Amino acid sequence: MSDEQHDGPDRPGEDGPGGAAEDTRPGGIEARAPVLLSEEEVAQQEIDAAKEREAKAHRIGEEATFAQRLVAALTGTSVIVTILAFVSALVIGAFIIALSEAEVREAMGYFTARPGDTFSAAWEAVSAAYLALLQGSLGGRSQISETLISSTPLILTGLAVAVPLRAGLFNIGAEGQLIAGGMIAGLAGFSITGLPLVLHLPLAILAGLAGGALYGFIPGILKARTGAHEVISTIMLNNIARLVSAYLVSTTLFRNPDRSDPVSKNVESSAMFPRFVSDLRVNTSLLMAIVLAIIIFWLVERSTRGFELNAVGLNASAATSAGMDPNRTLVGAMSTGGALAGAAGAALILGVQGRLTIGFSAGLGFDGITVALLGRGRIGGTVAAGLLFGALKAGGRSMQAQTGTSLDLVLVIQALIIVFIAAPGLVRAIFRIKTDELATGQVAKGWGA
Amino acid sequence: MTATTADTTAKPGLSLAELTLKRRNRNFGFASLVMAAIMGAVFLSSSRGDTATFVLNDARGQLFNLPDLSLPVVPTVAVLTLAVLVIAYRQFTVGFGSKSVVMVGVVAGLFVLAFLTWAAAGGQLSVVGLLRGTIARSTPIALGALAGVLCERSGVINIAIEGQLLAAAFAAALFSSMAGNAWVGLAGGIGAGLLIAFMLAGLSIKFKADQIVVGVVLIVFATGVTSFLATQILAPIPTLNSPTRFPTIGIPLLSEIPIIGPVLFRQSILVFGMFAAVIFLQYALFQTRWGLRLRSVGEHPKAADTVGIKVLATRYKAVLLGGVFAGIGGAYFTLDAVGSFSREMSGGRGFIALAAMLVGRYSPVGAFGAALIFGFADSLATSLQLLRVPVPSDLLLTAPYVVTLLVVAGLIGRLRVPAADGKPYVKE
Repeated sequence: MSDEQHDGPDRPGEDGPGGAAEDTRPGGIEARAPVLLSEEEVAQQEIDAAKEREAKAHRIGEEATFAQRLVAALTGTSVIVTILAFVSALVIGAFIIALSEAEVREAMGYFTARPGDTFSAAWEAVSAAYLALLQGSLGGRSQISETLISSTPLILTGLAVAVPLRAGLFNIGAEGQLIAGGMIAGLAGFSITGLPLVLHLPLAILAGLAGGALYGFIPGILKARTGAHEVISTIMLNNIARLVSAYLVSTTLFRNPDRSDPVSKNVESSAMFPRFVSDLRVNTSLLMAIVLAIIIFWLVERSTRGFELNAVGLNASAATSAGMDPNRTLVGAMSTGGALAGAAGAALILGVQGRLTIGFSAGLGFDGITVALLGRGRIGGTVAAGLLFGALKAGGRSMQAQTGTSLDLVLVIQALIIVFIAAPGLVRAIFRIKTDELATGQVAKGWGA
Repeated sequence: MTATTADTTAKPGLSLAELTLKRRNRNFGFASLVMAAIMGAVFLSSSRGDTATFVLNDARGQLFNLPDLSLPVVPTVAVLTLAVLVIAYRQFTVGFGSKSVVMVGVVAGLFVLAFLTWAAAGGQLSVVGLLRGTIARSTPIALGALAGVLCERSGVINIAIEGQLLAAAFAAALFSSMAGNAWVGLAGGIGAGLLIAFMLAGLSIKFKADQIVVGVVLIVFATGVTSFLATQILAPIPTLNSPTRFPTIGIPLLSEIPIIGPVLFRQSILVFGMFAAVIFLQYALFQTRWGLRLRSVGEHPKAADTVGIKVLATRYKAVLLGGVFAGIGGAYFTLDAVGSFSREMSGGRGFIALAAMLVGRYSPVGAFGAALIFGFADSLATSLQLLRVPVPSDLLLTAPYVVTLLVVAGLIGRLRVPAADGKPYVKE
């Protein structure tokens, strides 16, 4: 989306940068020229400056439009760095697999005698695990279905973190918002009976969105009214949601009386997302995620509200001077994020699980943080990151089943990817990539904001 | 986009400060009234028993024994409720001025006393057990919070405390099991805490990555690595997950003092270490040249640099020292509290430590005080399960989180954060 306005906004570049600068802005020359310089020198300086600006505009869009500067701010690292981050993470993951394998450690015991054994054992363990990971995520139609199933809540929780991130807010609370949304969507799913699917399912989804939005609204309004930092309040709200949901599942309102363990009643089939094909688990909650992603894309990248969101995120005091209300924006951003996390809860309960259990969120809200960071707060990027991490998750499960390598490896790989993304300087140092400007990867605001 | 800029709504004759004070008094008054209402409605009207017995002796026995304290439930709760009502009345009419925050604490204390009386009605509550549990459970939180204080005072945001605790708990269990010696385990735990601290320091100081992001990612990393290794290595080889633990030590004489003795002076070495660390850091941060330099780097690194303080080195040292404390805190889980590693066993206490640091306003003693509140709620939940109180433990455990939320929102408001916290320093 950054391609359309790459040449600088104020000059056409046909005559070459120097000529254009001289022709269109003679006033600038006079104003900036120190007295001692001759006219040629001044012109030369002006040409150099224009050239540099031109180059910069192409590189990081500094002289470009607002949208381009925004994109540049959020994509301080290039696609190359992202790919290298992924590769580096897989390489470190390979070492961890190799070291955790008993056979490899055995072979290392006589490493000096027969070093080849260590390498071949390590290669076998690593290649088997990664092959299972790949096949488990993309190896066939049921595998792809599993990938999409895992991706759906990740895309939504990723967006739940990404939208507030654009306003400079770090929403750690997607986990709690997901729980709130899932609980209410589930309640609407099993307590209402006798409705047709076309009414019941949308109702349950809306309940989930509302529950999440409300739970996201709390830290937003606390921040706006009292300045309570959203990182702390969302961490607290996560714990409260976790404990309260564990309590609620054991109450008569939720609990399934036929079961001895604390599990809720089953969601009515009229509130379950229908499957596309009967033999694959992938269901229409994916469509909901896509529709929501498109709406959010329009809202954040194209609408007036989105403009305010980005403006507040880039510079709240400048936004205030321009007549915007940062408080309203941040409450709106947190509520929107909450609604998206609530949608993830609805997708989980109404799409896959069909009932509420203790700890049903399974850390998906926290995964959303890594997804949003990999997507660097951009809507399209976050959706792509959600798909990637969904594939890793689905593949990881089949890797665990086939080779016995624990699924937790996926968590390590995800964390490493984000480490490399968050510190682009690290990747550049490892791969000796030369750059002019060093992006710091600063996304969220510190405590004081 | 209507250009109604915020015009201050101060009434004539009242300054903004007076207005906020007045509003705060009213809010505190309402909060006290709600407390009194709960005390009157719930605790007075229950029929759990007529007398509440508080056991003041340690279960292990001690030199001097105190008689059990038996209180009639209804009169005790009535008196406590009345006291809260009086405070609420004063808050509405006169206010307590600068002492109003203290009075909120008093009201909360009275509420807890009434709650305990109600909970212990018709049963026995071991006061020593409750308070010992409080100290024990606040230990990892306090140590984690110290790590946070050190980092943030020097200008590096440390969200990763949870990851440090978890990594240290794992390493402590592993090393203690392999060596059969708790001290080796402690060294391993400190090493793991240092490792995460080093990653945090390197990424945020050298590579200038976003510090909140790095912190969150390090938590994910530590969770992933420890869970992975626990499944791959500890589960198949149980001997690697049976650490030698630190014994409970009673300090002679001091541990024989009624109530205080067993609570403060009969604990494991790690708990004593936590006490020492809090006192040491409070002194070092605010009374020594080292502390002044550390804080100056967190407040105004450029000024510090100008007078010759090495900003980056100071930050590295602060973060690494924080790693040592967090490492001890993590080792507490496997070398004292539980005695074996299990997945994600820190259970969010690193986040609580973060909250304790903020509630304690970046001071070691303040953070310790906040950690005690969290430890108390944790310990109380266990005590209440023994008493079979009809309060679901899940709901009770939300209490510290709700309190933190209220404190962060109401009492602290806009926190005075070290000015350069979270900002990478680039020398010009």
